[in-house]
Amino acid sequence: MADNRIKPYGDTTGDGAVQLSFTLPLPSGGLAREAARRLCEQMGLEHAQVVHMQDMGGGYTFLVVYARVKEGVDLTGIQVPEAAVPAWTREEIETLAAQRLGRPIVVVGACTGSDAHTVGLDAILNMKGYRGDPGLERYQCFTVYNMGSQVPNEELVARARKVGADAVLVSQVVTQKDVHLRNLTQLVDLLEAEGLRERLILVVGGPRISHELAVELGFDAGFGPGTLPSAVAAFLLQRMLERAEKERPGCV
Amino acid sequence: MGLTLQVDEAQIERARALAREITGQVQAFIDRHTTVSIERAVLRLFGVEGAGPDGVPLPNLVVEQIQDGGGLEKGSAYWLCSAMLRHGLSPQEVAEAVAAERLEVTAETPQDEGAIRELGIRLAAESLARIRKNRDYREGLVRQWGEPPFPWLYVIVATGNIYEDVIQAQVAARQGADVIAVIRSTAQSLLDYVPEGPTTEGFAGTFATQANFRIMRKALDEVSQELGRYVRLTNYASGLCMPEIAVLGALERLDMMLSDSMYGILFRDINMQRTFIDQHFARAVQAAAGIIINTGEDNYLTTADAFEAAHTVLASQFINQQFAHRSGMPDELIGLGHAFEMDPALEDGFLYAMADALLSRACFPQCPLKYMPPTRHMTGDIFQGYLMNGLFNLISVATEQQIHLLGMLTEAVHTPFLHDRYLAIQNARYVFRNARHFAEAFQVKPGGRLERRAAEVLAKTVALLEQIWQMGLMEAIAEGVFAGVRRSPTGGKGLDGVAVRGPDYFNPFLDLLAPVPGQLPAQGGAPSPGGAGDGG
Repeated sequence: MADNRIKPYGDTTGDGAVQLSFTLPLPSGGLAREAARRLCEQMGLEHAQVVHMQDMGGGYTFLVVYARVKEGVDLTGIQVPEAAVPAWTREEIETLAAQRLGRPIVVVGACTGSDAHTVGLDAILNMKGYRGDPGLERYQCFTVYNMGSQVPNEELVARARKVGADAVLVSQVVTQKDVHLRNLTQLVDLLEAEGLRERLILVVGGPRISHELAVELGFDAGFGPGTLPSAVAAFLLQRMLERAEKERPGCV
Repeated sequence: MGLTLQVDEAQIERARALAREITGQVQAFIDRHTTVSIERAVLRLFGVEGAGPDGVPLPNLVVEQIQDGGGLEKGSAYWLCSAMLRHGLSPQEVAEAVAAERLEVTAETPQDEGAIRELGIRLAAESLARIRKNRDYREGLVRQWGEPPFPWLYVIVATGNIYEDVIQAQVAARQGADVIAVIRSTAQSLLDYVPEGPTTEGFAGTFATQANFRIMRKALDEVSQELGRYVRLTNYASGLCMPEIAVLGALERLDMMLSDSMYGILFRDINMQRTFIDQHFARAVQAAAGIIINTGEDNYLTTADAFEAAHTVLASQFINQQFAHRSGMPDELIGLGHAFEMDPALEDGFLYAMADALLSRACFPQCPLKYMPPTRHMTGDIFQGYLMNGLFNLISVATEQQIHLLGMLTEAVHTPFLHDRYLAIQNARYVFRNARHFAEAFQVKPGGRLERRAAEVLAKTVALLEQIWQMGLMEAIAEGVFAGVRRSPTGGKGLDGVAVRGPDYFNPFLDLLAPVPGQLPAQGGAPSPGGAGDGG
């Protein structure tokens, strides 16, 4: 039984050591220290030690706390949805696309709504790519339209229709007050209303995006931080090949 | 005496001369045009404020009426003054009559031209006196309390709620912040009006409104009194309302403003004609108000690689400096931006970043440089991020930067928590204190890595400026020379707000503020930042 229960590792197996830092709206002192300790108890932690306490002024105190978790986590029955991405290199992707698809995959990308942060989108699309992994613009098998930042969903959909997009890539960095959720849901609604949703591979990326969340919102895939352009490229190609397979007339 | 780089002075002068030529070409275009935002800014300078039916700001209602009546080519001051003379109204009363649809300013026969101009100049002089008073007030406090040592600690608040911002700003000031910037709600740059009143909702920032400016300045005045040092306030004069926000900053005694001649074009897809015309007037107002502008070159390195694209930053700094001169702004108010964005995986990246920082210092000895922290290579690894910020802090103090935007260890994670900002201030104060006289203790090795790097960046900068000069700035931007972003002269947002000035265009503020060609400010001719002892 105990085999499957996982605890954090500090310096001994099973010690359950965690570090926390937070601010309490209290002046520095015994009360803040005790309040922090009890908070940790309420969080299911024990042996909480306030190792640093600093009054930041204005009645706020910053605390660093070490503690131990009481209960481990049972791994049985946990399933983590992740976008199934073949481990293809850029060369493999180019070759497969040329042999089996025979035409470029048209991709439209945008940071939608009020989002002005193009770092993620550019990392995936720009020639230069990310961490030495070239972006989709570098590939022969992709035709890329990077619409940049602050693109209204309506304009994105219009462009996708105009250029006959196979895939739409949306990047969302700003997640304050869940603005991204409203924005992404609206895009799906819009594509469905226009009858485009089924024709497109719809992908979202961003630091707070998980595959699970993306699928829940009606996307085909979601990519989180650290995603390389080649992973997105492989995913898109795989979906395109699946589609081509299905659409092939008179298959055996 | 600080760290000095041996760089080719002739190259620096060549770069500056090219930037002067490049901006001169654009200035000829600027001088033939106005925009709806400039005309609204003029009305705001005349004291028009508040909103009409449906919450539309009065300056928008008046300028829309003038535009619909085909009168924009004469300027809003012309029609406003004419209506004032005819009806014996104040500027605010004229605007209210327009909002109530009781008055159509362009439909009436204009009053005597001479009387209009006389009234306009008188009103403009009164308005500038009010701005002058703000400036004097600031300079008085700075004289009384003295200036903090450079680099000034610049922190950002961005809660969306101005009252929450006030709490965070006051706490940050007590912890040692010298400058507080209130980040704007992310879509504000695309609004063609300035929202009204105090606001408590925003996305990744707080709306820039006159009321919010006033609330924050008052809060910082309180905490300045408490601390016995003048805490500066910053906001963002970018986007479609650049001139209006500059005016509000001048009226509400903001001390610094983000104000870039090209940022809106590149990063917000605002039409380039609109931006060039707008920035000229915005900076003329900021110069009068003694506001230190911050330019946005750091943004180039969020998309392009810092090692490869350093020359685009430097070229843009030269261009921004020359545009600012053309608005009558002295070097002492031109805070040129750059950033610490070297890839942490790059061997000697720290040395290259230091060389670039020293090179900007060498090229703009009188300008208060604004040094921006790492963002591009910040991940969720807050521990690595904290160390990167430490190295950034070291370069800043070692190369004597003036305006130091604090790096947050949670960059790329969330808008800063209270203690993120606290830790950032502690980090910077520790490094600044421990390395305060770093620059005195070391010399840059002649012909070493730093100098070789600087020489290479400077040579590439001159080559790029040559290229821009031959193409023209608008065409060069269309080709994507900055940040790899291509923008066409007729693309982007806001071109419909550009109008050709007629032969009798009237803008009394331009008459009073804009420098006479050939008399651009010389270097070193103006007060130091904060301006103790300017007097006049």
